[in-house]
Amino acid sequence: MDAQPRELSYAQAIQEAMVLAMEADERVFLMGEDIGIYGGAFQVTGDLVHRFGEERVMDTPISELGGAGVAVGAAVTGMRPIFEFQFSDFATLAMEQIVNQAAKMRFMLGGAVSVPVVMRFPAGSGTGAAAQHSQSLEAWLGHVPGLKVVQPATPHDAKGMLLAAIDDPDPVMIFEHKLLYKMKGPVPEGHYTVPIGKAEIRREGRDLTIVATSIMVHKALEAAQTLEGEGIDVEVIDLRTVRPMDRETVVDSVRKTSRLLCVYEGVKTLGVGAEVSAMIAESEAFDFLDAPIVRLGGAETPIPYNPELEKATVPQVPDVLRAARDLVKGAR
Amino acid sequence: MARTRARAGTAKAGANLPFLYRHHDKDALKEALYKMHLIRLFEEGAEECYMRGLIHGTMHLSIGQEASAVGICLPLTDDDQITSTHRGHGHCIAKGAEVSRMFAEFFGKTTGYCRGRGGSMHIADVSKGNLGANGIVGGGIPIAVGAALSAKRLKNGKIVVCFFGDGANNEGAFHEALNMAAIWKLPVVFVCENNQYGMSTSTERSTAVKDIAERASAYAMPGVIVDGNVLSEVAEASHEAARRARAGEGPTLIESKTYRYRGHSKSDRNRYRTKDEIEDWMANRDPIALYEAELKALGIVSQDEIDAVRAAAAKEIAEGIEFAKESPAPVTADLERYVYTEPA
Repeated sequence: MDAQPRELSYAQAIQEAMVLAMEADERVFLMGEDIGIYGGAFQVTGDLVHRFGEERVMDTPISELGGAGVAVGAAVTGMRPIFEFQFSDFATLAMEQIVNQAAKMRFMLGGAVSVPVVMRFPAGSGTGAAAQHSQSLEAWLGHVPGLKVVQPATPHDAKGMLLAAIDDPDPVMIFEHKLLYKMKGPVPEGHYTVPIGKAEIRREGRDLTIVATSIMVHKALEAAQTLEGEGIDVEVIDLRTVRPMDRETVVDSVRKTSRLLCVYEGVKTLGVGAEVSAMIAESEAFDFLDAPIVRLGGAETPIPYNPELEKATVPQVPDVLRAARDLVKGAR
Repeated sequence: MARTRARAGTAKAGANLPFLYRHHDKDALKEALYKMHLIRLFEEGAEECYMRGLIHGTMHLSIGQEASAVGICLPLTDDDQITSTHRGHGHCIAKGAEVSRMFAEFFGKTTGYCRGRGGSMHIADVSKGNLGANGIVGGGIPIAVGAALSAKRLKNGKIVVCFFGDGANNEGAFHEALNMAAIWKLPVVFVCENNQYGMSTSTERSTAVKDIAERASAYAMPGVIVDGNVLSEVAEASHEAARRARAGEGPTLIESKTYRYRGHSKSDRNRYRTKDEIEDWMANRDPIALYEAELKALGIVSQDEIDAVRAAAAKEIAEGIEFAKESPAPVTADLERYVYTEPA
């Protein structure tokens, strides 16, 4: 009888990565708002404060700018902080430290320091939290040289990418979709890493490449399942890293399928899909395209409160199905 | 400042000597004077190189504030750390940087402290504990608190001095950082060099409290006001704040009241203060002149020794500029280096 692979939720997988890192390295510690006795707004840190104490699971005041700066300063001077933003939206309060300090310090000092800080950002819509607690701001940070920006889509990758981020000497920004926290999936025990900067082909196909990020990977896979019944063979790429972007995997896929659909939750204009599209337009895959590139991104609006309006703001499975059918059949 | 001059004139060796002279021997006192001259001459040299087109960009000169930088750094070891500001040349030198590599940085050369990537506004010398100047007003304050958190966690005995100006005390980062340093009792000394103008805006117009040191009470830490142009006063406050930090008693806010002779930056037309005001500070409250008068009044050094100290500093400056001129420029093929850590 084969042993069933162990399953953990996405949140549990993140917590396990933090536990492993903290057990292995005294310098690793957690900072954030209400991550101690409260357990974090999404219970990612849970009861870790009881295990590691308040010095290593540090509640901060509601001071995102200062807190992020403290994490940067600690990282530069020998610690390995993991800073949790309560919501990714609150990155806006800390942009100075993220963009001007963390991202640029190594460069400005000619390589004299590195900034091994990890920042975690619960992101995305679907919780009814409206416009200031539902954004997908990964493209903002993806625009900044010096940062690495990742969006793990599965529990396996959430753990492996966090462990890779902790090992990384440079600042790594992790965007975690809030609707994924409860999703379960196989997660190996012990320490392993998922490389930053490497996309993953989640499903192979011949007719169309869908490049998706975060929760959209699952919507793309669901759509691909349906499309298979219609004779459309979809390749789904989980981009996983926004910066540095894995050009090779996407270019090779589009050369094979000749069609590209980008699906992402952030606002469509100037978003992650815009960069993926431009990357293909500039590449050797361009000559292989049989149809214009299509982007499905977030609507040009803040995230509304009403649940039907909220759903309409970001791509849903029927949107992916429609776009895929148009792309494949329209070109035939 | 009448007080200072009176003290300089009447202090006699052994009789109620000011702090500085009770805690430092002649060599250390001369070294402090040397550093003050080195800072003054460095900035005058940098300014001249800028005027001659040898340095581009901009720079923020701290001429007139030398006692503040040197006095604050006196109780620090090479292992202690500082964060600095856009007006940070003095801090860098006071913490032990080599002026040759600083000039090289201003000239954009590979031998510069930042390999020509940072310039004046990001000058740093991590080997001597200077984590860097900062182009963002208040940007270094939370970073200093983070460095102090590391020191506490790693139990390495280091303390951190965080320099910033009067302008920064109205940034949110200042308030967030001071609060965290206080609640976590971190080994950090906050030093507000109040030169009375944030660019053109006077503290009277920008700041609700009369003295920035008052803001310490909001964060339950001592707030100390010193005459930033009197080396001994600055050093005494720094000594006590450093002692507190090392003893685990938490942070201190020192407000060092001083004045910059030059404009905010190279674009400054000086429309917001009078010539009389500037000349009064230069003539009557110059930190180097005050210190030299005190040293002489106390019979510690002679005018000849002072002249020799200044000449030695001038020589180091001249050699530093030559070093910078002769150093190699970076190659554009290396443009993207240091953005990320290269794999070992």
